[in-house]
Amino acid sequence: MVIRTEGLSYSFGSQQVVKSLSLQVPEGSIYGFLGPNGAGKTTTIKMLLNLLKTDEGSIFVFEKELQTNRIAILSEIGSLIEQPAIYAHMSGRENLLNRAMLLGVDDARVDEMLALVKLSNAAGKKAGQYSLGMKQRLGIALALLSNPKLLILDEPTNGLDPNGIIEIRELLVRLTRDHKKTVFISSHLLGEIEKMATHVGIINNGELLFQGDIKDLEAISQPMIYIETDNVVDAANLLQRNRYEVANVNNDSLTVPYISKQQMGTVNGLLNQNGITVFAINKQHKDLENLFLSITKSN
Amino acid sequence: MKGFILSFRSEFYKSRKTAGFWGAIILPFLISLLALSIFYFKSEKFVAMSGMLLWLQFALVSLGVMGTLLLPIYTIFIAYSVNNVEHKADTWKTLFSLPISRWSVYGAKFAYAVFLVLLCLSLFVLFTIGFGNLLSLLKPELKFNTYHLEWVLTQVYFKLFLSSLGILSIQFLMSLLWSDFLKPMGIGFILTIVGITAASKGWEYAYTLPYAHPMVALSSMFKNKRGPAQDIAIDVFTKDVFVAVAVSVVVFIAGYFIVQRKSVK
Repeated sequence: MVIRTEGLSYSFGSQQVVKSLSLQVPEGSIYGFLGPNGAGKTTTIKMLLNLLKTDEGSIFVFEKELQTNRIAILSEIGSLIEQPAIYAHMSGRENLLNRAMLLGVDDARVDEMLALVKLSNAAGKKAGQYSLGMKQRLGIALALLSNPKLLILDEPTNGLDPNGIIEIRELLVRLTRDHKKTVFISSHLLGEIEKMATHVGIINNGELLFQGDIKDLEAISQPMIYIETDNVVDAANLLQRNRYEVANVNNDSLTVPYISKQQMGTVNGLLNQNGITVFAINKQHKDLENLFLSITKSN
Repeated sequence: MKGFILSFRSEFYKSRKTAGFWGAIILPFLISLLALSIFYFKSEKFVAMSGMLLWLQFALVSLGVMGTLLLPIYTIFIAYSVNNVEHKADTWKTLFSLPISRWSVYGAKFAYAVFLVLLCLSLFVLFTIGFGNLLSLLKPELKFNTYHLEWVLTQVYFKLFLSSLGILSIQFLMSLLWSDFLKPMGIGFILTIVGITAASKGWEYAYTLPYAHPMVALSSMFKNKRGPAQDIAIDVFTKDVFVAVAVSVVVFIAGYFIVQRKSVK
């Protein structure tokens, strides 16, 4: 295990924000740390980086205890916490050069990182003038600068446009697949995590609701087919007669559990052939709220 | 030790383009330039003076403002400036998740603030001496070349430097803990007024107040106070200087333990 915590707890005053957390992050994984805002994700991450002193429990990173091996462990971690911490009066390159100096990293690596996050052209511009997406990318470059074994990223796709999100996702997949890195990434978007994570931990109100392989999660967070038609009642009856389970019927839409693309096509054809006009049909993921309900039910 | 040196270099790198760093250079330059212009344009007033008196008058332009209000205010500003870089960029969390000990990060930052004050005061010596010599070329009728004030001036400014350390350490800690501008500035300013008042009224225990130290340092610098002497002897290590240094050591160490225990937001 790259990260292993046991009974990790933290309180702000009398309010307990992290409750007896036991994380298991295997080597080479992309571990998606999923939870709504305020669930305790950032607090947990700050404890993993020794920025917050743990009230209770222990943290092992690379199978070494964090408190007693702080510097050795931190030298193998690259991190991005909340919004990227960037000196606005310095250029993007200067921000990286400053960090390279502190980490004892070769200056050549700075240009490599700028190219990697596609900031080479804006390298000389003051970082204060960067867009949010550019700042986020610079933050990722800063995290990757020391070529760390473990990347801890707190909501790294915040503020990125769809292209930027895809690029980051591909980069993280590449890092774990080709360079044997481990990535611990937090997010409040289930769809985001499902697209790249190999392992998932779900936290709500400071408690770990679920932890395991992404496949185990998929079993719980079954996607649905969302159908908008002119006649919802007839459509629901027709589908049920054809042995489809209709999960939800609303005024102008209904949902059916998703199995495969073929099945989605068959459902569409069936409705059309029976004179029901389909306005829209698409695959939908459960939102976090519904996922929490499913997890609580399955427990 | 390596972490400390890296952090110190990084402090310099970060501050190169900030008012905190340039203030340390521009402040002594401008004030010395002011002295230069006074003596240049009003040279007839100073022609009659002896070399020693002339140098003293010339140096007192800078020393006068620095010794009273400016040194405490400048010190407060430096303490704010080196910490504000991190508050503004929200970089404390990255600074303390580097593979560098907290001690090095904290120590280097404090050392850099000390360095800036030292740089500023050294440049006062340099510019005063430099401009004095320049004046003796531009206005040969002024008797700058008949006396040497270098050693005395170095001692005086060194004494001022030591006397500012108490203020620096207190302000440094306040600026480290509070991210806003008003709290450390406001408190520092009030304490400075109290310090100056105590020192200027000649309160016998003024030497115990860090914010009074720069002013007390100037009034306690002459060894022989009776009449004008042929040579000036400077008393650097007076009790107010010892108090200033002691306060800075204690507050610096106390600050380390606060930083060590503090959670980084």
